[in-house]
Amino acid sequence: MFITCYNDTLFPETGMAVVRVLERLGHTVEFPAGQTCCGQMHYNTGYQAEALPLMERFVAQFKDAEAVVVPSSSCVAMMREHYPKMARGTGKAQLIAEVDALLLRVFEFSEFLTKRLGLEDVGAYYPHRVTYHASCHGLRNLGLGDGPLRLLKAVRGIDLVELEGVEQCCGFGGTFAVKNAEVSSAMLAEKTTAVLNTRAEACTACDNSCLMHIQGALHRQRTGVSTVHLAEILAGDEGGR
Amino acid sequence: MVGEEGEVGVSARGEILRRIRNANGGASDETAAVAGWNGIARAYKRVGLRGRDETLHLLEDRLRDYDATVSRCSEGEVAAVVARRLLERGKRRIVVPVGLKPEWLPAGFEFVTDEGLSAKELDGVDGVLTGSTVAIAETGSVVLQDVAGQGRRAVTLVPDYHLCVVRVADVVETVPEAFERLRATEGLATTFFSGPSATADIEMTRIKGVHGPRFLDVVLVD
Amino acid sequence: MINPGGRLAGAVCALCARRPMSEVPDMGHPAPGLVAAMSGTALDPKTAPAFPIAAQAAMQDTQLRKNVRHATEVIRTKRARVVGEMPDWQELREAGKQIRQHTMEHLDFYLEQFEANCTKAGGVVHWAADADEARRIVIGLVKASGSDEVIKIKSMTTEEIQLNAGLKAAGIHAYETDLAELIIQLGQDRPSHIVVPALHKNRQQIREIFRREMNLPELGERPQDLADAARRFLREKFLRVKTGVSGANFLIAETGGVCIVESEGNGRMCLTLPETLITVAGIDKVLPRFEDLEVMLQLLPRSATGERMNPYNSIWNGVHAGDGPKTFHVVLMDNARTSVLADEEGRQTLNCIRCAACLNACPVYRQTGGHAYGSVYAGPIGAILTPQLQQMHHAQSLPYASSLCGACYEVCPVKINIPEVLIHLRSKVVEQKGMFDVEAAAMRAAAVVFRSERRFRAAQRLARAAESPLVGKDGWIGWLPGMLGGWTKVRDLKEIPKESFREWWEKRGRSE
Repeated sequence: MFITCYNDTLFPETGMAVVRVLERLGHTVEFPAGQTCCGQMHYNTGYQAEALPLMERFVAQFKDAEAVVVPSSSCVAMMREHYPKMARGTGKAQLIAEVDALLLRVFEFSEFLTKRLGLEDVGAYYPHRVTYHASCHGLRNLGLGDGPLRLLKAVRGIDLVELEGVEQCCGFGGTFAVKNAEVSSAMLAEKTTAVLNTRAEACTACDNSCLMHIQGALHRQRTGVSTVHLAEILAGDEGGR
Repeated sequence: MVGEEGEVGVSARGEILRRIRNANGGASDETAAVAGWNGIARAYKRVGLRGRDETLHLLEDRLRDYDATVSRCSEGEVAAVVARRLLERGKRRIVVPVGLKPEWLPAGFEFVTDEGLSAKELDGVDGVLTGSTVAIAETGSVVLQDVAGQGRRAVTLVPDYHLCVVRVADVVETVPEAFERLRATEGLATTFFSGPSATADIEMTRIKGVHGPRFLDVVLVD
Repeated sequence: MINPGGRLAGAVCALCARRPMSEVPDMGHPAPGLVAAMSGTALDPKTAPAFPIAAQAAMQDTQLRKNVRHATEVIRTKRARVVGEMPDWQELREAGKQIRQHTMEHLDFYLEQFEANCTKAGGVVHWAADADEARRIVIGLVKASGSDEVIKIKSMTTEEIQLNAGLKAAGIHAYETDLAELIIQLGQDRPSHIVVPALHKNRQQIREIFRREMNLPELGERPQDLADAARRFLREKFLRVKTGVSGANFLIAETGGVCIVESEGNGRMCLTLPETLITVAGIDKVLPRFEDLEVMLQLLPRSATGERMNPYNSIWNGVHAGDGPKTFHVVLMDNARTSVLADEEGRQTLNCIRCAACLNACPVYRQTGGHAYGSVYAGPIGAILTPQLQQMHHAQSLPYASSLCGACYEVCPVKINIPEVLIHLRSKVVEQKGMFDVEAAAMRAAAVVFRSERRFRAAQRLARAAESPLVGKDGWIGWLPGMLGGWTKVRDLKEIPKESFREWWEKRGRSE
C-alpha cells in the first residue's frame, strides 16, 4: 500500500480501513516504510524539478510490489498522467522502463477492488445515509465511472442517495483553494449545499483531499454532516464500526 | 498606399514564416504535408446507416425542429405546393434567381427574376424562392451554391421569407456525405442554412429570426 | 526546517503536506479603483488586475453570477444532448485533434498555399506580425475603400487587437452587428464569453441599454422584442455601409476559401452586401482542405451552442463575380502565435477552434464570469492562451485560475489537454520567480522533507506540535494566519491526528 503523505499524516483511519478491507479479502498488505509523497503538490503548482526525486523515491520503494493500492485518486492520476513524461524527461532508460512497468500495477483503491479483483460486494455493513461525490481526478483522469457507486450499492444497510451535480468540482484543487480562495469557496458552497440537500449523514469519495475541503465547510457551518473515505465505509462490518 | 504598406507586409510575411519554420524545426513542403494529411485517422462515421425513407423523415423532423414547415410532393405538384405556401404566408411578390425552373412557378403571383437587384430592392420583396444543392438529414441543413436556380448569396439573405425546394435525390444523411458531393463545386460561394436565422444571445433563449430570413418553408420533391 | 520566514503557518503546512500552503504570488497589477476598472475599458492583459483580485470583485455582482450560471447551464445541457446523440463523437474529436495538430506541423506550407489560392481567386492577402501592424493595415484598407464606417461581424481576433478603438482613433466608426456584440458596444461593456459575449447580461439589462441607446422608450423585454429592435436598428446599416470587417472561423489552404459560422445572418449581411470585405484572421485559423470542414462543422456547432448545426455557414473564395464584395482582403496575423508554436507543450493551445465549451464546463468560470480573466479570451482556454500570447510577460496569475478538475479537457472538441498546459505554464511562472520567493522556498523545503523518511517523520511530529496553539477545544482549527487565512475564511481544518498511519502500522507489527 502507498498511503500517500497526507493520508499518512491527516487521515490514518483511511489507511487502517484499506488494510482491514484487503485483509478481510485475504490479501497480504505491506507498507514500505520509506514511502513519502508522490510529488503531486509540487508538480501541479509548477515545481516539476522538485517532483522528480519524489517519483524516483516512489519507484524505488514499490518496484517489487505485486500491486500498489493507493487510497487517493488524485495521487494515482498524478502518477499515470505525469510520471511517464517525467521519466522520459530524465533520459534514463532504466527509470523509464521501471516507471512504465510499475504504473501497470498501481491502482486507486476502489479501482483495485472493481477492476483488478472484479469485486462489487466486499462484505461491508454500514447502516447510514450516505451520498457520493465523484472526485475530479478519479472521474476524469482515472475513469472510475460508476465503480465506487457499485461498491457502495453492495454495502449492506447503506442508504445511498444521489448527489446533485455529482461531477462538479468541489473547488479544492490543491493550492487553488488558497491562491483563489474566494472562487474556491464559492465552488465549495455549491457542493455543500448539494450535500445538505441529500439529507445524508455523510458524504463519501475516493479522495480525502476533496473530503477535507468539504468537511471543512460542513464543520464551519455546524451541520453535523461528516465526510468519510470510501475505504472506511467498505471496512465497516457488524462487529465494528 | 499599396506600395508603402506592401513593404511592411512583405517583411512581416518573411518574419512570420521564418518563426513558424524555427518553431517546427524546419520548412514543410507539399510532399510532407500530403503524406501527413493522408495519415490523419478518420474513424468517424462517413456514410449514414439509415434507409432512404428514414433519412427523409429525419430531415423533415430536423427542419420542423428549427420551426420550418416541410411539405413533400412530386415534381409535377411543386407549383401547386408553392402557391399554397405563398397564400398561407400572405406573400405575393417573390424574387427568384436566374435559371429557376419555370414550371415551379404558379400563376397569380409576381415573380421577379434577380438580375442584379440592389440590396434595397431585395429588402422590398415579400420573399425568395430557390432550389438547393444538397440537404443533410442529420443536421437539418440545406446547402445553396451560386448556380442556376439558387443564385447569389444576397438573394436568399435579405428577403424575410425563404421558400426552398429540395430534391429527394439531393438529400444525404451525414455531413461527410454532403462534403463528398460538394467537392466538385468547392470553388463556388456556398451557404449552409439550418432553419431560419436565430439567436440565443439573450439568456440563451433561442429566438427565431434576426437578420436573415425569419420564416422558412421547405418543399421536398420526389 | 523549512520555515524560511520563521512563520508558523508555513511550517505547519509544508510539514503536514496540507497542500494549500503557498503564498498568493504577487502577479499582475492590482489597479486602484478596481470596480471602475471592471467596466468600460477594454480587456487588456497588460493592465488587468490579477485573477484572484478581479474574481473577487466580479463575484460581488450577484446578478452577473446568476446570469452566468443560468446561461452556462443551458448551453451545457444542450451540448450534452446533441453530443450524446453522436455515437462517433470520440472519433470526431480524435480526427479534429489530428487535423489541427497536422496543420500546425505544416503551418508554413498551408499559409503559403492559402495565400496563393486566395490570390488566384481574387483576394488580397496581407501579413501582420503583431496587433499594431494588423490595425494599421485594416485602417489603411478601410480608408482606401472610401468609407468612414464599417459593419462588423463578431470576431474575437479583432477584439484581441482592440481594432474598434484603433478605427475610432482613425475617424472610422465600427458598427458591431452580432446581437451580443451590439449589446456590448451600446452598453460600453466588454465581452465575457467567446461565443456569447453578452452572456453576463439578462433581458432587463439589455432592454435598458437598447431603450437608452436606440431611443426606444416603449421597448418590451421579451427576447423577441429585443431581437426585433436589433433587426430594425441594423438593417439600415447593412443596406448602406460599403465596407465590412470580419474574423474567420477557418481558412482553407486548398481552395483559398474562408468559412464563417454564425446564427443571426448578420455575418452573411456583412460579407455579402458591402463592396469591400476585410477579414482578419490569426495564422492558426487555417485548415488544409475543404473536406476537413466535414469534421470541424460537426464538432464546432455541437460544442459551441449545442446545436446540430448553427443556422448559417458561409464559405467563399476570394471574389465571386456578381456575388458579394468586389474587393476582398485577408489579414493573416501572428501576434505571438508563433511563439506559442515554438513551445512544445504549449502549442496544442493553437488547435483551439473557439467553441467555448470549456468556458461553459468550467466551475471557475461559472463563479466569476469572463471579465475576471482580463482578456477577451476567458475561461480555461483563456487561462492558457492569454499568458502565452503575452509571452508570459503578463497574465501570470491565469494558469492558477483553475482547480485542474479536467472538465475543460473532457468537453474540448479537439482534445486540448488544458490542465496539462496549465501545469506547464505554472512551471514557467515558477521559473520567473527565482530563488527568493516565499512559495518557492517553502516548496523546495517540502521537497527536501519528502526525500527522506526520517525527515518526513520529524516533520509530521513537528507539524502536530506547531499547529497545537491553533487547535480549538473541539479538535478543529478555525483560524489560520496570513495567506492561509483564505482557507479558514469559510472552512475549518481538523487537527492532525495524534498518531500517523505509519506509527499505527509499526505498533501493530510489534504486537503481532
